[in-house]
Amino acid sequence: METVNEKRIQGESIDLSGVEEILEKYKGVRGALIPILQQVQAVYGYLPEPAVNLIAEQLNMGASEIIGVATFYAQFHLTQRGQHIIKVCCGTACHVKGAKKITEKLSKTLDVRVGMTTEDKLFTLEEVACLGACSLAPVMMVDEDVHGKLASDTVSEVIKTVKESNISQ
Amino acid sequence: MVSLLIDGKKVEAESSQTILQAAQKVGIHIPTLCHDPRLAPSGACRMCVVEVEGARSLVASCATPVSEGMKVSTRSESVTRARKLNLELIWSHHPNDCLTCDKTGECQLQKLMYEYDVKTSRFGEQNPPPTPDDSNPGIYRDMNKCILCGKCVRICDEVQNQHIWAFSNRGMQTSIATAFEKPLKDAGCVFCGHCVSVCPVGALMDKPAIKKGRPWETRKVRTVCCYCGVGCSLVLHVKNREVLQVTADTHDAPNYGSLCVKGRYGFEFYKSPDRLKSPLIRDRIDQPFREADWDDAISLVARKLVEIKQKYGPDALGCLSSSRGTNEENYLAQKFARAVMGTNNMDNCARVCHAPSVTGLRAALGSGAATNSLADIEGAEVLIVSGSNTTEAHPVAALKIKKAVRQNGARLIVIDPREIELVQYATVWLRLKPGTNVALINGLLHVILKEGLENREFIQQRTENIDMLRQVVAQYTPERVEEITGVPKEDIIKAARIYAGTRKGMIVYGLGMTEHKAGSHGVMSLANLALITGNVGRPNTGINPLRGQNNVQGSCDMGALPDVYTCYQKVDDPVANKKFSDAWGRQLPAKPGLKEPQMYREALAGKLKAMYIIGYDPAATQANINHVKSAMKKLDLLVVQEIFMTETAKLAHVVLPAGCFFEKDGTFTNAERRVKRLNQAIPLPEGTKHDWEIICLIASAMGYPMHYNHPGEIMDELASLTPEFAGIDFKRIEGDGLVWPVWDKKHPGTPILHKDTFTRGKGKLNDLLYTPSEELPDSDYPLYLTTGRRLYHYNNGSMSLRNPEIRSISSEEFVEIHPSEAERLGIKTGNTVRVRSRRGSLEVKAHVTTKSRPGSVFLSFHFPETPTNVLTGPGEDLLALTPEYKVCAVKVEKI
Repeated sequence: METVNEKRIQGESIDLSGVEEILEKYKGVRGALIPILQQVQAVYGYLPEPAVNLIAEQLNMGASEIIGVATFYAQFHLTQRGQHIIKVCCGTACHVKGAKKITEKLSKTLDVRVGMTTEDKLFTLEEVACLGACSLAPVMMVDEDVHGKLASDTVSEVIKTVKESNISQ
Repeated sequence: MVSLLIDGKKVEAESSQTILQAAQKVGIHIPTLCHDPRLAPSGACRMCVVEVEGARSLVASCATPVSEGMKVSTRSESVTRARKLNLELIWSHHPNDCLTCDKTGECQLQKLMYEYDVKTSRFGEQNPPPTPDDSNPGIYRDMNKCILCGKCVRICDEVQNQHIWAFSNRGMQTSIATAFEKPLKDAGCVFCGHCVSVCPVGALMDKPAIKKGRPWETRKVRTVCCYCGVGCSLVLHVKNREVLQVTADTHDAPNYGSLCVKGRYGFEFYKSPDRLKSPLIRDRIDQPFREADWDDAISLVARKLVEIKQKYGPDALGCLSSSRGTNEENYLAQKFARAVMGTNNMDNCARVCHAPSVTGLRAALGSGAATNSLADIEGAEVLIVSGSNTTEAHPVAALKIKKAVRQNGARLIVIDPREIELVQYATVWLRLKPGTNVALINGLLHVILKEGLENREFIQQRTENIDMLRQVVAQYTPERVEEITGVPKEDIIKAARIYAGTRKGMIVYGLGMTEHKAGSHGVMSLANLALITGNVGRPNTGINPLRGQNNVQGSCDMGALPDVYTCYQKVDDPVANKKFSDAWGRQLPAKPGLKEPQMYREALAGKLKAMYIIGYDPAATQANINHVKSAMKKLDLLVVQEIFMTETAKLAHVVLPAGCFFEKDGTFTNAERRVKRLNQAIPLPEGTKHDWEIICLIASAMGYPMHYNHPGEIMDELASLTPEFAGIDFKRIEGDGLVWPVWDKKHPGTPILHKDTFTRGKGKLNDLLYTPSEELPDSDYPLYLTTGRRLYHYNNGSMSLRNPEIRSISSEEFVEIHPSEAERLGIKTGNTVRVRSRRGSLEVKAHVTTKSRPGSVFLSFHFPETPTNVLTGPGEDLLALTPEYKVCAVKVEKI
């Protein structure tokens, strides 16, 4: 049976130097797991398995314990995420104003289930509790931009714009 | 002490105790689902809530300490209401399949639903369907049945230290999962089954027992595990002559509820279709076997043994017994050799493992046994673990080491060339070159004596030969020892200071010490360490060999050795000789006999003509087996008592089918000298006989009437001849057994040896020079080969490989090689390579790992298709002749 360490030595295709740097910074610091995970996620966009295994080894804890923490908090992700994150608000106001339809439309347009990432890794579709912009319901955020008063057709427009801006970049 | 009132009853309790503990003390029952006395309280399940006068709300009694004047009610109306509500909540998320669930009858949830008369739940989304998952070996899972008590997570973390399970996700989605939801095999699980053993419901169950029967249908038989020298207590669950499941009782020494994968899931071999069911005979070994009836086989063996004895003399015969056999069988084997065959050519498979412990410890302390108990490990402040891959070879003993370090703050010094799991727990890891033990320990002795850290009073009062020791170890400066062993001198100094700086220093060692040219010397060196620091004769100290096979201690105690009767009474001591001659009614030979390796030499020289081998497979497990096999082929008669057709049995003239340990009554003695009772759980398979019965039949056929009704009578006989066993009989050793010496029927046993005086009077400090191994790497064979054990298998694999669950975890051997060598040779994990020594070669898959020391490779000898012992040899211990399995020179080639 292979141990975590050995798997790494045999070279999964991921560069772990980023994790090593972060771990070095927190060497000997107690209670550092969450900041480490946050920073590792900032580097890779998610928490890759070899990274989690390396953190486990260095902090002398089980990988399962780290997964326990990572899955407890909504901010951590264990799978690779899209270049753009779409957050559809499901708060009360948006719900009343048809958030469900917005999500369905997005899911259909992008061909992706809620919580998942498109095959081209461009978009991740998520539902969130409340974005705090009830006056603009129904609302979604694409990355840092808030889009309000949505309808099924305007949703497609937004996606189109984002895709185009991506190409022009 | 504080006093409190529980249900109006006055209770005195320690202030560190919880309400639950205080209530249990006076027999007040409080229900729990997440509590286990081995685990830190978590207060998760809320079943144990009680009402405390003045408290804001109900409190979890498992996690609330008692205080003076506390008034507790465990059965008030609000308590009962809370518990019922709790059960309703759990039930709404639990499948309603008690009718078909295997846990029925043992399920704690079921029991509490009954007790609190909760028939259904008021909460919606009732009773999801079961989600059975039998994809893992050994462990059956159904996460819909999980009640999230967290006991599996905690026991995996706190007791097994493996951290496989964790709470994943949150809220309603919370579940118990492995990291990345991996199958257990890939998640690092060691299949100890601790999680299964604590699961209160049917979420985790033993897979082999599924659908085989309900708990109330099985008979529970207490016995002792046969897989290593820890000697764990087992409870066998038996139905219709079939063992369905193996568990352990949390009250039974020495394992207190813990088991390893072999103990828990290695029990199915007994029903393998490969079991021998009839005596097999042939005239020459190039003929096929033919089945014979017992009478013919017995008279054939008796006739031939008598013929050979008459023609060539008694010393043309030799007998080997097994460290897997019971004490009674080993006693009878040596009685048979000495009184019936008339020779001291008697040995057992301890010769290939711990014979140097007997030699070394007897030379130093006077007794060749462990000085302390396994339980003492937990309380030690400093532990030296030397040449023992404890987590794989003695997994339950390793739990005690981990507990000492993780929970009790002990410092661990690991002496091992391989990066074994315990290195993770070590304060200092001395990664020495294989075979340089004596030099390294001399280095430690040097530092201790040079820095004046020795215990002068102890040395003066209780030891001898300190001056010579000082002279010899003076040469072993840290610098020189670093040169010989490759261990940095700073680490040598650090380790020496740590060990000498405690009054609770305990040494635990394994075959990495003994299986060397200087194996006995290594053991004596460890004894030197204990003696000059005074770390012996008290609790949590001493020098403790971890015995390889389950009854290595016992087979040696029983005198299955060439030079001693029971408990080391010497055959050439006229008093002992006369005592045994009188008792057995024959004049016994007084000259010590041949040790096992000498038997093969004599057989090759044509002087030893017949061997009688009981439950031992030297043709697979001795070093340089090609040599051993040619010796066996030269014999006029080879008789083998076995349960399977082993490599040795394949060379026999007569094979006699015997019973395995589930089918036996008798005793085993574990590594801490604890004599424990085996209870027969299932009948012998048709066509087989007990080993002791077979010996009796042959002895009687040879004209020496031997008859016992039960192994208990054999114990009574040997106890009458052995002062250390005088107080032992089958009745007294029910339960946890007794630790010898037990001087009389009232004596409680002796867990700690050498308290006031050593068995030999004064402890002998043996001044020893470092002797290099027999065969060192050179330009032709540039790598060290070390052999050893893997977690999932045992010895020649004849038993462990015949367990489907275990086989599905580990089914083939691989050679461990360091990345630096692998790169040089162009080898990747999974490649097939040829390993070659001067004596033979084999093909095996490679596993590239930093666990191996650069320049060394490692192989186990569990798999018949990878006969590692064609490579091993030629070194053997200078005194005990134990093969040097830990060092020979090999080369590895990519194919």
